[in-house]
Amino acid sequence: MSFAKRLLRVASLTLSLGVVLLSASHAQEAGAPSEAVNIEAPAARAPTGEAKKEDPAAQPVQFTVALLEQIGSAKVAMDTMWTLIAGMLVFFMNLGFASVESGLCRAKNTVTILAKNFIVFAAASIAFLVIGWGLMFGDGNLLFGTQGLWFVGGADNSPATGDAYKGVYSSINWTGVPLWTKFFFQLVFAGTAATIVSGAVAERIKFGSFYIFSFLMVGLIYPVVGHWIWGGGWAAKLGMFDFAGSTVVHSVGGWAALTGAMVLGPRIGKYGKDGKVLPLPGHNIALATLGVFVLWFGWFGFNPGSTMAADAGAIGRIAVATNTAAAASAISASMTAWLLLRKPDLTMILNGALAGLVAITAPCAFVSIQSSLLIGLVAGVLVVLSVLFFDKIKIDDPVGAISVHLVCGIFGTLCVGLFAQDQFTPNTTGNGLLFGGGAGLLLAQLAGILGVGGFVFVASLVSWKILAATVGIRVSPEEELEGLDVGEHGNIAYPDFVSVTARGSSIVSASATPETSAAVAARELSKGAI
Amino acid sequence: MKIVEAIVKPFKLDEVKEALTKAGVQGMTVEEVKGFGRQKGHTELYRGAEYSVDFLPKVKIQILVPDDRAEKVVDVITRSAKTGKIGDGKIFVAPVEEVIRIRTGEKGEEAI
Repeated sequence: MSFAKRLLRVASLTLSLGVVLLSASHAQEAGAPSEAVNIEAPAARAPTGEAKKEDPAAQPVQFTVALLEQIGSAKVAMDTMWTLIAGMLVFFMNLGFASVESGLCRAKNTVTILAKNFIVFAAASIAFLVIGWGLMFGDGNLLFGTQGLWFVGGADNSPATGDAYKGVYSSINWTGVPLWTKFFFQLVFAGTAATIVSGAVAERIKFGSFYIFSFLMVGLIYPVVGHWIWGGGWAAKLGMFDFAGSTVVHSVGGWAALTGAMVLGPRIGKYGKDGKVLPLPGHNIALATLGVFVLWFGWFGFNPGSTMAADAGAIGRIAVATNTAAAASAISASMTAWLLLRKPDLTMILNGALAGLVAITAPCAFVSIQSSLLIGLVAGVLVVLSVLFFDKIKIDDPVGAISVHLVCGIFGTLCVGLFAQDQFTPNTTGNGLLFGGGAGLLLAQLAGILGVGGFVFVASLVSWKILAATVGIRVSPEEELEGLDVGEHGNIAYPDFVSVTARGSSIVSASATPETSAAVAARELSKGAI
Repeated sequence: MKIVEAIVKPFKLDEVKEALTKAGVQGMTVEEVKGFGRQKGHTELYRGAEYSVDFLPKVKIQILVPDDRAEKVVDVITRSAKTGKIGDGKIFVAPVEEVIRIRTGEKGEEAI
């Protein structure tokens, strides 16, 4: 076909689409007139020498059932596309987590950290498919779903919404996308919660134990909490709101990370005599930085995607709220680190950006951009202080996962109660405390936080304890000092490079006391037990 | 025959190599090493944990020379590796019992 004819065909197609969409946007009544009017396909019309500009007002389009169905399915298609693409962005965050965690840990443990980050998504995919979805979104009681539990097999007529929905996953009938789209989007969130744990338990956990724990996490702990807040459970009934999961995803992961780090104990050589904190620097800050960029990028799927609709009014605003919080927290974290620690430690700045992202996750749809700025500023300060705090109380968190996800997850959830404004997502949260809505919302948020905290803390603690007593969760001291890559996997991450760091010694050593991390390691080893 | 081992600052390597080749040295071996001398390092913080930077990256150059060339080579290295600041490095000179060229089997000064 000649270029001119091709151009003409494209022009006609575009103009016809324009006519349809313009008419659709003018449509007010839904009634279908008795006689059908054909919207001619452009192919049926013989192309003329020039493209005629059609005046929509001169050709009123009548709304037939066929046309409405066309428009309806176009909406479902757009909603589905957006939800799926957003879900793929969240999937991509797994790459970010893998990079951050391996970059902030030592080279001798690179393989095992990557293996954990990799397998956790596979385990999450299966666990959520088999039972997780059903427990979370199935109709049931205030605590967990009881219908449609297995393999997403319950009756369902998505994308029908609201009263038109006939199925057993009523709690998620508000979004007009098909069932598997809903599942895919929720799955990548479950995977995120599970992978948070791997950062805090890094460099000393047995791969097998983490493997098993991941199934427990996504098969049981996460979906139960998810049911409470998103699945129509007690927290939802109480009026708690968590738009994209500061509590459901991040603090759930954070609590499990905390108990894991507690039960495991600190890495050898991390804490010296009289409370000295010794550094175990990451081997690749470049990789860690790229990882945080990837996470920031992926969050543009995490937050705006949670509308699960191509809602033009909301998703751009939510994306900007997300970005504003991240930028603000990166800046406030850099300042806090600069003031408190003499120099702007990049690893703290990286944690800072993530802190804002986690904190804005719950409120992003309900708050103004100015509020997100404030939320981010506070989160950045909070995370730096929190990292220092956990080291003070001897809970060893190699990557700051607990500070980023648990502490800022709780903070972000509370922010809904403070900063929510009804105008942004009407008739949901109402106004928060700072906008004249009273303390009701804040109290509901608090109740949810406490309930979730109590449950996940206990459930994950029990899980770790059982695993510790049966298969063991911590590697031997010799293996820990050698590096887990060989011990757990028989792999070396960088076989072409000679590793300077053997037996815990490296370029660094503590200054105030003559004790080095290697000396601590030797002492611990000679004691014979960890 | 003597083996001359020089530990120098990494950014000085090119300068030392050029000076040595100009002085007639035909081969050398280089390693990346870490080290410190009498001067203690300074302290830094990593995520709030204090550490002192003791071991600094250095480069170790090994050259085999006939006895009568050792002093000249040491002098060449000293002049090209010096910055006048702390951490310039050290040179060790030690006697060598035997040298063999692997390809041809030559020994002694022929093999240098």
